Amino acid sequence: MYRRFRKPSIWQEMDQLQREMNRLFDSSSRGRVVSAPSYPAINIWTNDEGMLISAEMPAVHPENINIDVNADALSISGDRKSDEVAKEAIFHRRERSYGSFSRTIQLPFMVDTNKVEANFRNGVLMISLPRAEADKPKKITIKSS
Amino acid sequence: MAKKDQTMEIHKQNEAPSDEMERTRSRRTFVPRADIYETEKEITVLADIPGATEKTVDITLEKDVLTISAYVEPAIPSGVEIAYAEYEEGDYQRSFRLSGEIDRNKIEAVVSDGVLRLRLPKVQEAQARKIKVKTK
Repeated sequence: MYRRFRKPSIWQEMDQLQREMNRLFDSSSRGRVVSAPSYPAINIWTNDEGMLISAEMPAVHPENINIDVNADALSISGDRKSDEVAKEAIFHRRERSYGSFSRTIQLPFMVDTNKVEANFRNGVLMISLPRAEADKPKKITIKSS
Repeated sequence: MAKKDQTMEIHKQNEAPSDEMERTRSRRTFVPRADIYETEKEITVLADIPGATEKTVDITLEKDVLTISAYVEPAIPSGVEIAYAEYEEGDYQRSFRLSGEIDRNKIEAVVSDGVLRLRLPKVQEAQARKIKVKTK
């Protein structure tokens, strides 16, 4: 009889413990918000029909946002243009930044690309991505002979 | 994947320090990022307040303290559950101390694309009072 079995070493157990501790602390503090790897930071909502992605992108004009979607990846790119400031102006504070950005998000399911909708209101981008019919889970009946 | 956006700010600034006053809304409050620049005639304040509209922004000027507060209506869609979060929604609040040379009656505020733009014109006398320092 073949059995794949390996006794966990002490290090594996330590790693596991560390992971669990991290998870414990992550979930208790800051309401499981993770830091974004690149701009813009996104939030994802899901249900059986698809998902919604939102991103806060103040000062980006909708015409400067490009959203590309293929079956299982979404990319958001764009340009945040700087304000036109008179030459003689003196800056007291400069905390906001400008430039181009792009971010690609791997989607967990196939998307019906024809039905993807995006709207931009008050500096918040909201993209709705309906799941493709072909990708939805199907119930399989078991035939008995 | 994105290399060119290193300079972009991704994270919102920490919550506003809670001073003596307690807030009535039990929501998180962020300090909006701001740009402030000054020309001879006016001071301009730009603040990022994504999610807030011109109706939910409150600007008060008490003595020489200008306070910007913006409320964000939660944009949580119905019928879906949050699966992953990189940012939190919250209100915005920030105060600035102004110099006395602002013409209080001519302050203008516009909100567009999640950015508040405040124009603070200087009073005429202050413009005239400036003394040019000459160099030899």
